Amino acid sequence: MNFELSEEQQLLQQTVRQYLDNECPATHVRELFEGDTGFDPALWKGMVEMGLAGLHLPDQYGGAGLELIDLAVVSEAIGWGGAPGPFLGHALAGLAIQLGGSDVQKKSWLPRLAAGDVLGTVAFGEAGGLWQPEEWALAAGRKLSGAKLNVPFASLADVFVVGVAGGGLALVEKAAGGFEIRSMEGVDRGRRIDRVSFDGAPAEALANGAEASPRVRDAGLVLLAADAFGAGSRLLDMCVKYAKTREQFGVTIAHFQALKHQLANMALEIEPARALYWYAAHAFDHIQAQAPRSAALAKAHLTDRAMQIARDSVEAHGGIGFTWECDVQLWFKRIMFDRAFLGIPSVHRERAAKLAGW
Amino acid sequence: MDLSYGKQYEDFRAEVQAFLSRNWPPKGADAELAKEEGARRFRARATEQGYLNRAIPKQYGGSEQEPDEIKATIIREEFMKARAPGDVRGIGTMMLVPTLLEKGEPWQKEKFVAPTIRGEIGWCQGYSEPGSGSDLASLKTRAELVGDEWVINGQKIWTTTAQTADYMFCLCRTEPDAPKHAGISYLLIPMKQPGVEVRPLRQMTGGADFNEVFLTNAKTPKDWVVGKRGEGWLVSRATLKHERNSIGAAAQSTAMLAGLVHLAKTTKRGGKPAIEDSEVRQRLATIEGYVRSHEYSGYRQLTLNARGQNPGILQLLNKLASTNIGSEVAKLALDLLGEDGLLDPTASEEMVVLPTGSRSWINQYMYSLGIAVAGGTANIQRNVIGERGLGLPRDVFADRSTSK
Repeated sequence: MNFELSEEQQLLQQTVRQYLDNECPATHVRELFEGDTGFDPALWKGMVEMGLAGLHLPDQYGGAGLELIDLAVVSEAIGWGGAPGPFLGHALAGLAIQLGGSDVQKKSWLPRLAAGDVLGTVAFGEAGGLWQPEEWALAAGRKLSGAKLNVPFASLADVFVVGVAGGGLALVEKAAGGFEIRSMEGVDRGRRIDRVSFDGAPAEALANGAEASPRVRDAGLVLLAADAFGAGSRLLDMCVKYAKTREQFGVTIAHFQALKHQLANMALEIEPARALYWYAAHAFDHIQAQAPRSAALAKAHLTDRAMQIARDSVEAHGGIGFTWECDVQLWFKRIMFDRAFLGIPSVHRERAAKLAGW
Repeated sequence: MDLSYGKQYEDFRAEVQAFLSRNWPPKGADAELAKEEGARRFRARATEQGYLNRAIPKQYGGSEQEPDEIKATIIREEFMKARAPGDVRGIGTMMLVPTLLEKGEPWQKEKFVAPTIRGEIGWCQGYSEPGSGSDLASLKTRAELVGDEWVINGQKIWTTTAQTADYMFCLCRTEPDAPKHAGISYLLIPMKQPGVEVRPLRQMTGGADFNEVFLTNAKTPKDWVVGKRGEGWLVSRATLKHERNSIGAAAQSTAMLAGLVHLAKTTKRGGKPAIEDSEVRQRLATIEGYVRSHEYSGYRQLTLNARGQNPGILQLLNKLASTNIGSEVAKLALDLLGEDGLLDPTASEEMVVLPTGSRSWINQYMYSLGIAVAGGTANIQRNVIGERGLGLPRDVFADRSTSK
């Protein structure tokens, strides 16, 4: 029995955390949040240089050949740091091509994605909350027409992996044109989302897209759960620190049982759930029969728990917690993204129920 | 990560399984024995084999094994599967034996440990009093030394198994002039004597798991004190650092969830199986999120404990996680029961491990509240999590040191 991160994984996570502590402290998160694009090329370049753009891609294509658990512990560190940027969409686009692409497609895209020479993203969501592969309605074909919503950093991406009817996946290159991008003014200004309206955009189907797409979705669910865990843990940490400094009635408010119990409940909600995303990430590569259901449960549970922690965090900070100035809102909104992206928790609970044969 | 136990441990598991298939249920002449005697002989063999009483020195009837969290887990798993008797459970083996081993005189260990772990003598715990719950150190039961005997007067409460116990380990105030915590001694008191009166305490479920114990000039020999006079508070804090049951509470939660799913499949809502109802499915999956978190978190604690690393805040969360899950399970169960929720619960003498019929689920609906209080209320648990887990300051008024 070894249910603990390896030394390499711990080191990887610490390295990313340290990098973000140095290069993207909360003040910088805020600058990007309030800026025009939500994107810092230098910050992303640093992450690429650490190998994060191709961590999970095979070494023959310039990746590090690691597993989803490695990607997920990085995702946790990014959630903890609240770092704005295109990590999620880029990671999923690479995974989609790795799992669904022909050799030619892999050779053509993976080395460039791993090296960060091109930026990828995924265009999955459709109007009406249709995120799942079996729900996609955008017609497949050599040219795509129709709208995809909530596409992370579409305006910056060089290549889109688009979900199409029948659960297939198609590649659309930014350079080929045939689409229009409009910002959707998302709540998490660290992960901007766009609407992409395709109008005869030239597309190339991924050879095994329909088999790959549920796996890519599952991986996305795990990464979102990990990000939410990181963000929720950071908020709890902020609340504990605040409680130990803010004074009322002549003592720090951490002395008051009402607050102490609230913080204890927050720890109880979030801390054991770390193991839930670990397990789901581990299952993705090693217990595949359990992978879809574990991913669904992890996403539903962790994003809901983190969201409640975010609400509690506002309350624990009192009036200041409600202000734009207080950093709580940055992580609060990050968790709102994690919760809604790829489908809200109740969608995945219902999926988990079905997958259990209930 | 690797969720298997590895070759060496799987070999050990095979050994345990082979032992069990040879010895349980009782074979040959043993099969003719009365149930209790069969279990006694089986336990003796399992102890000889090193499977039971692993933390207890051989001279006191144990098997004195090197601590090994994984082996302990495998033994528990296999014994449970075979429904074989494990270590004798109860307050005596859980609390008194570790205390005696750490703080007792040699003669005390010799007299009490072996018969306790064999289940031949039973114990009850005399800690709580009507006026001393969370603030246990304010206890008032007095013990005075008169000649060669302690004479004890006072009242204890919430005393599980007092009606059957042979002895009580009891915190008494022996130094009335000393500061609060320094005035307490840890005494062993025979229960079968005229000065001890046990009255069952009926609980809301109708059952009576607890008792009040009235001590009126009860007597015990002078040297039946564990540790020195006035050191009882420290003695009562002694715990044996051997093998932890890292995943026991979570296994219970997992079993409860399975029972709840079964209930949802076998009850109806709107003429259809309740499990097809969207609200029921949502609630089940929500509970499962907590249950799996608890379960996998247990794997992690097992891993860390096996390596001798401290799992930190995780282990402080276990009790509250279990009781919260128990409460959510019980609430959904009551909704699934529909009009059967009007029935009186089964009066139960002990906690129902896995409820089956409607009445036992209703018992569980109430009993889950008792579990949340027993051994430190949920609010006390929150204090512990806040103070020891998150490093928050202690309560301003919670005097834990010197005043009377």
